[in-house]
Amino acid sequence: MTAPAAQPAELAIVAHDLTRRFGNFTAVDHITFDVKAGEVFGFLGANGAGKTTAIKMLTGLLAPSEGDARVAGLDLKTETEQIRQRIGYMSQRFSLYEDLTVLENIALYGGIYGLTDKQIADRSAAMLSTLGLTDEMVAKLPLGWKQKLSFSVALLHEPAIVFLDEPTGGVDPITRRQFWEMIYAAAARGTTVFVTTHYMDEAEYCDRISIMVDGRIATMGTPLELKEQWNVPSIDELFVRLARPT
Amino acid sequence: MISTLGAFVTKEIRHILRDRQTLTILLLMPLVQVVLFGYALRSDVRDVRLAIVDPSPDYATLELRNRFQAARRFKIVATERSISRIEPLFRKSKIDLVVSLDPDFAAHIEAGEPARVFIAVDASDPNTGSTMQAYARAVIAEYEQDLGAKGASAVRIAPEVRMRFNPTLESVNLFIPGLIALVLTLVSALMTAISLSREKERGTLEILLVSPLRPWQIIVGKVLPYLALAFANALTALLAAWLIFDVPFRGSVTLLLVECIIYSMVSLAIGVLVATLTATQRVAMLVALLATMLPSTLLSGMVFPLASMPRILQVLSNVVPAKWFIVVARGIMLKGVGLEHLWKETLVLTGMTMAFMIIAVRSFKARVA
Repeated sequence: MTAPAAQPAELAIVAHDLTRRFGNFTAVDHITFDVKAGEVFGFLGANGAGKTTAIKMLTGLLAPSEGDARVAGLDLKTETEQIRQRIGYMSQRFSLYEDLTVLENIALYGGIYGLTDKQIADRSAAMLSTLGLTDEMVAKLPLGWKQKLSFSVALLHEPAIVFLDEPTGGVDPITRRQFWEMIYAAAARGTTVFVTTHYMDEAEYCDRISIMVDGRIATMGTPLELKEQWNVPSIDELFVRLARPT
Repeated sequence: MISTLGAFVTKEIRHILRDRQTLTILLLMPLVQVVLFGYALRSDVRDVRLAIVDPSPDYATLELRNRFQAARRFKIVATERSISRIEPLFRKSKIDLVVSLDPDFAAHIEAGEPARVFIAVDASDPNTGSTMQAYARAVIAEYEQDLGAKGASAVRIAPEVRMRFNPTLESVNLFIPGLIALVLTLVSALMTAISLSREKERGTLEILLVSPLRPWQIIVGKVLPYLALAFANALTALLAAWLIFDVPFRGSVTLLLVECIIYSMVSLAIGVLVATLTATQRVAMLVALLATMLPSTLLSGMVFPLASMPRILQVLSNVVPAKWFIVVARGIMLKGVGLEHLWKETLVLTGMTMAFMIIAVRSFKARVA
């Protein structure tokens, strides 16, 4: 494994001029940023700002039109297969199988990521007890539980980086809080968390954030830095100012 | 790699087994279809109510009457000496067919003169009418032939009608191969299209694509369980055809089953292709139905003979996989021929399978990249 011009080990994601066009429309326009290992990175932006497109490029679902990136120390264009093994992904939509039980879902993803039967059994048991779940049909779980389960399943193979695309959409405030506790716990174990959201209070929980406007990164830094730099009382206010320049 | 695919196939099997309603329908469908089509969609006619007018019974007319009596399709409901007694019954639709024999029938035959037979048919349904008439002619022609063999000159009747491979004119024999094609198409193409587009619609496909699972593994994982299901369906349909309708199996059953698998794979590939090209389950279902069921029933020769279609449709029928499968299945079941006569059709089906599979995997990759 030689990695010429690789980023220092503490960088989980390095994106350079990453761009994606759909016909004449540029969804993501030359974004450059990096995410440190073990960091909770908030990727903010209004609907349609290009967040999901950026995540899809970083997870290998979409090929970039221009630019390049390294994810978990690997080249996005040439080492896609190795990257897949090292990242976890939770999309906007709930994406476990409703007609399978909790354990069957876990067994599926465990198998896909090449875990041994023993690993699957151990981690399933740990997951059920942490979440306080019993093995039932996923369809019967309340939405909040489903989201927490999805997140746990995305972490099942102990990825270096986990991508969360609006994980708390439509979830009640208490569950959202619990969800963020899970995110912190994952980060404490060394997992890099790349999370998009449009709840601005959640932005305050992140180590660092970037705000995307019309396919570009308008600003980036720790929540505290940004509030001082833009002289605003909250990220919410900063977001409104950037997203609606008048 | 193997365990990855194994986990995915296990999941697919769980989906299929869990949806009890759909599974029940899928498993019973071949049986129901064979029975329904077998009884309803036949073009042959049974229990033809026959009246015979025999003004002067002699050994020849009695022999002919016996032959009608013995033919399973006919039920002699009246035997009279004069046609005038029959006419009212005929008008009241109590009789489908009248066979009226010349007086001095035997004498005419012995003298080498034409012994005439008049056949009157209730042709209010023209198809049924001509079918019944053909049956009657067949009985008489056989008699004529037997007489000819004894040296007596002919009873002047029907032009020779030859019914090779289906001597009893059982239309069910011709339908069964088409039915098997239909069932396999339905399960293979429709169910794969629905199941794959469901993953797309629900967003689970994205998660799978981010995982180390390769596109071909997703497709193979989707296809394998349905291939097994299609095979079970083929067995059910064949068994039902054999037990209920006595459809003959003159050729190799093994070869027939292998051909069923090849044909299922073409349909499965089409199902995958449809799913990659459509956005929702509903659209996928409609497209799969239109793209497979319609041509498989109308342009395959299953119901309507291709030979009587306009040239352009005949040419078009060559791209319908069911057309080739039906030729193969009829060949094996009814004619008892083997691969030495069917290699061309088999080759076409195999070629179609590979072509559709390659196109499906390509377009699947193109859609997600």
